[in-house]
Amino acid sequence: MNVQTFLHMGGYGMYLWPAFCLTLFVLLFNIWSARRALKEARAAATRRLQMEDNRS
Amino acid sequence: MWTWFHRLGSPPHVYRIAARLTPWLAWPAAALIVIALYGGLVMAPADAQQGEGFRMLYVHAPSAWMSMFIYGNMAIAAAVGLIWRIKVAHAVAAASAPVGAWFTFAALATGSLWGKPMWGTWWVWDARLTSELILLFLYLGYMALRTSIEEPQRADRASAVLAVVGVVNLPIIHYSVYWWNTLHQGATITKLDKPSISGDMLWPLLVMIAGFTVYYAAVLCVRVRAEVIRRERNASWLREELAT
Repeated sequence: MNVQTFLHMGGYGMYLWPAFCLTLFVLLFNIWSARRALKEARAAATRRLQMEDNRS
Repeated sequence: MWTWFHRLGSPPHVYRIAARLTPWLAWPAAALIVIALYGGLVMAPADAQQGEGFRMLYVHAPSAWMSMFIYGNMAIAAAVGLIWRIKVAHAVAAASAPVGAWFTFAALATGSLWGKPMWGTWWVWDARLTSELILLFLYLGYMALRTSIEEPQRADRASAVLAVVGVVNLPIIHYSVYWWNTLHQGATITKLDKPSISGDMLWPLLVMIAGFTVYYAAVLCVRVRAEVIRRERNASWLREELAT
């Protein structure tokens, strides 16, 4: 099997590859977005604790 | 047993366990997905009816499975949070919603890309597709409700009620292909009798479903930590944790 027939996928390539790419994007995006959420929550909590320390 | 259960409700314990578990879930998930991709795209033979087009199954069905599995998980966590007032349970529910919404979107989009060549249309208002779209709106409604309520405890309770009520949609999605005449094909593996798919087509699908499920667990571990931090006020363990 050569690369061209593999990419062609019996004529379904134009539907299959966007679907696989989109799913991959969703998987990668969720990793990125979860890590960002954790980073932001940590930063916000650090700021909050510092403000409380300054007040007391 | 009870001490284990009790510790499961303790935010610092859950935070640390989640942090430690993440790499042990993330790498196996990546390995499973790569193996399933190879199995599904290269090793599985073309389908007798749909030709190479059937390979859409390997991203569409696992996404659809995740959209429902995550919702079920979210609703159980929300119910546990409501009944026993466990903060960590609400954190799990809140952490699940965005991941579930994205998988629902993926299921709808890949389904649309499958529908065009097989049915000749991107979209029909049939029972399976419509109930899956309602699932997406349930996720979005849940998240919108959370962001609209400032106080975390009230947001947890209100959104949990919505999550629990929305569970009625899950059996509707699953049985929609039997209850109504629909364009969507019937179940492939979740039937009680023998799966209607041959072994060399089936294993990549099962591996992909396993990979997606473990992937969700890994992402959940990261998101739950963020949700736990948001719910903790001035706890000494949090100070310690943030100092490192």
